[in-house]
Formats: sequence, C-alpha cells, structure tokens
Amino acid sequence: MTPFLTSLRAIVAREALRFLHQRERFVAALVRPLVWLLVFAAGFRAALGLSIIPPYQTYITYETYILPGLCGMIVLFNGMQSSLSLVYDREMGSMKLLLTSPLPRWWLLFAKLAGSTAISVLQVYAFLAIAAAFGITLPPLGYVTVLPALVMAGLMLGALGLVLSSFIRQLENFAGVMNFVIFPMFFLSSALYPLWKMAESSKLLHDICAVNPFTHAVELIRFALYAQFNGWALLWVLLATAGFTALALRGYDPARTRIARRG
Amino acid sequence: MTGLEVAGLGYSYGARQALSEVSFRVRPGEFCALLGPNGAGKSTLFNLLTRLFVSPTGRITIAGHDLAKTPRRALARLGIVFQQSTLDLDLTVRQNLAYFAALHGMSGREARTRIDAALDRLDMRVRAHETCRALNGGHRRRTEIARALIHNPDVLLLDEPTVGLDAAARAAITDHVHALADDGVTVLWATHLTDEVRPDDRLVILHQSRILADGTARHIAGDTTLRKRFLHLTGAPA
Repeated sequence: MTPFLTSLRAIVAREALRFLHQRERFVAALVRPLVWLLVFAAGFRAALGLSIIPPYQTYITYETYILPGLCGMIVLFNGMQSSLSLVYDREMGSMKLLLTSPLPRWWLLFAKLAGSTAISVLQVYAFLAIAAAFGITLPPLGYVTVLPALVMAGLMLGALGLVLSSFIRQLENFAGVMNFVIFPMFFLSSALYPLWKMAESSKLLHDICAVNPFTHAVELIRFALYAQFNGWALLWVLLATAGFTALALRGYDPARTRIARRG
Repeated sequence: MTGLEVAGLGYSYGARQALSEVSFRVRPGEFCALLGPNGAGKSTLFNLLTRLFVSPTGRITIAGHDLAKTPRRALARLGIVFQQSTLDLDLTVRQNLAYFAALHGMSGREARTRIDAALDRLDMRVRAHETCRALNGGHRRRTEIARALIHNPDVLLLDEPTVGLDAAARAAITDHVHALADDGVTVLWATHLTDEVRPDDRLVILHQSRILADGTARHIAGDTTLRKRFLHLTGAPA
C-alpha cells in the first residue's frame, strides 16, 4: 500500500473510531432530523400544500418533501461537527501531529474530509432506515443512487467545515460561528420548503436561497433519492466544493500562521 | 553538513519581533540544549523547525534537506516531541504509535517491527496495550518519544518535554534522550531548566529573540554554576 493510501486509511479509521466512542453524538445526529420528520413535518402537513414539482410525479406528503432536506441537515451538522473536532484537535495539540507528517498537506486535509464524509453517509443511511420503518419510503434504486450525491454533499460541507476550522481561533468562538452558518444555511434553502413557495413570500429571500450551496446539495440529494440526476445542482455543488477547498488550503497554509499559533 | 542547521532565521508577529538573526548548528549525534526563559522565542523556533510556521528570512536544513525547498524530505527525517501532549488518550500506546506510523506511510509488518523497536528503546513495550489515559505523566512522555523515533529520524526535537513531570521522571527522560544522542541521533532539547543540561552538552542560550551564547555548557558556565551564569546573562535576579 502506498504511503498516501496508508495515511488515508488511518485518518478515516481514526475519525470513525472517534465517532464510535461518542455514542451520544450518533444519537443526537439521528434524533435531530427524526424530530423534524416525525413531529414538525406531521404538524405542518396540513398547513403546507405542495404542488407537483420535479422529481416528484404525484402529490407528496410534507414528510416526503423534507426527507432529502433532513438528509442534508445530517450532512451539514456532521460537517460542522468535524470542524469543531478540528478546532479541538488544534487546542489539544494533536493537529500538529498531522500537519508535521511528511505527506502533502492537501492530502492530509483531503483524508480528514474523506473521514468526515464517510461518517455523514453512514448517519444518513441510518436515518433513512428509521424513516422507512415509520413508513416514509423511497424507490429502492434511490437508496443506491443517493450515495454519490451524499458523498458530494459531504465533501462540500466538510470543506466548509475545514475553512471554518482554519479561521476559528478558539473553541469558545465556535458556537457563535455555528449559529451564523448552520441556521442561515439550513433555513435559507429548499430543505423545508420549495423555492417557489419562498418566492411567493419574498423575492429577495428566494434569490438568497437560490445561491445558497446548501440548497443545491439538498436538490442533488432529492433528485438522487428518486434515481434522477440534477446537473445544475451538481455544478453548483462542485463549484462550492472547489471554492471551499481553495479557502481551506489557504487557511492551512504554513506561510499563514493561524494554525500554528494555537496548536 | 548533516544534523541540524539554522541560518539567519527571523520571525515576527506583526510588529513584535519573536526571533532575530538566529543561527546555530547541531552536529550529528550531538545533544544540544536550547535554554531560554519563558517568552525567549523557543516555541516560535520550534514552530519554524517543524514547518508549522514558515519564515520569510533564513534557512533551516534538516539532515541535509532544506526545509523550505524539500519540506517532505526534511520532515521525513525529523522526530518531534511537542511541549503539549499530542496523544489520543482513548487509544492504547500501540494504537497511537500505529497512527503515527501510518502518517509516515508505514503499515503492516514494517510498522509493527518499528513500533516494537521504538517501545523497547524507551522501555515501554510492557505498556503497549494500555490506554494512554491510564499512563502517568512520565510514561506518556516516554510514549511520545518512542513515537517520535518510529521512522528512525536523524534529528529529534523536544520542546520542554519534562514540563509537569516529577524529579525522577525528569531524570529518566533526560537520561533516555542523552542515550539516543549517544546512538547517533541529533537532539535539540528546548528547556528553561538549567539542571537538565550536562556540562559536556552543547548549549545555545536564547533570550529576547536572539542567541546570547553558543558553546559547551561547561565553557559557557565558566567558573560559576550554569544556573547563575544563565540568570546573569538573561538579566534575572539570582
């Protein structure tokens, strides 16, 4: 095995091991979207009328509509959780061990990203399994075709987490930044309501939702869950991933001292 | 020249100069103590030597490899023990070492053999399956030194490795690392404690971002104790 693959395997395995050690994190990651799905969506089912929009072929329940958004929510929260653990690593000093490895820094960051994405994907499948148990099911093929969409969304949001971790200096600052990232990203997206509904309320909010990369990650997942391909959403996700990755590499550049100063 | 070479190194945090014109050489197999009071610039120097910072001025050469031009080759020859513990406390000693080995591209039998050799060198083999959380401070430090040796580095950097340890553990760690230098490893040992420096050790004194003295500890101490000489040089009351 090459040094690159050896290090990738070790970093991903360590992320997975850390996740397994934090059982409450796993439970929280599942409870959060399930509350939305089984409580919030049930309450709003009567209030919100949804027309037939792609990829749906028939009228759908609100639970069915927000299922892809909640998959996105899991990936979003996990990306931010990974970012938090990177800031923690830096505070604890273990980030230094990674950054002084003789492998290219971009590869080490990619390995971190891959680890975070793998955990996101596992969480989403666990969520989909529980949703299916409650009767919210998808076409069987959708469970397979959603995998690449989840990987893409995981990489994009993991890269955003890397960017944030490179700029957040202290663990104490994390909660504030999260509130300014997670909530706007989630609520200003198509996760909970279709964009045309938003346009009825406010053109400005609709436009913000339309450029939010998270909207496109959710739409990519939504189409993939029905074994359909949304090229526009994929393009947006790819562009956002490239942008976030470039910023992360810049943030972790040793010629810029933010990382080393703290950890 | 192999070993460690630092030439004309400078670094500043905005307007505050942290290092200025720092130059010294550590020959292969030499134990060099880098002595300086808190705030002298030792940690900044270590961040530059490990490429966590990059300096716009000066040059660092590790085992013949220029850190700026060939960073991966230079880092591959470098073993590092950071001041702050970098062990994953939930993992065993062996798991921690295996993770590090993987970051250096080693796995399987090669990694196992090297991990065993490093643990033997620090008398830590019997604790290989204990979680690091269960270890005392001295054993954790020995684990970190063993980890830094897995890839057989030419140069070993230790940033105040005895902080927080009792006298016996400090003496044991100091002895272990002197033995490593006797085996041919180039050692740079940062400390602010004069009693960790032996008379025949090479000594570099860093103070207020500059090098104040460079020579053997015996020579620098002259006709007084190293502690008194150090306090005199750094302007602290004896």
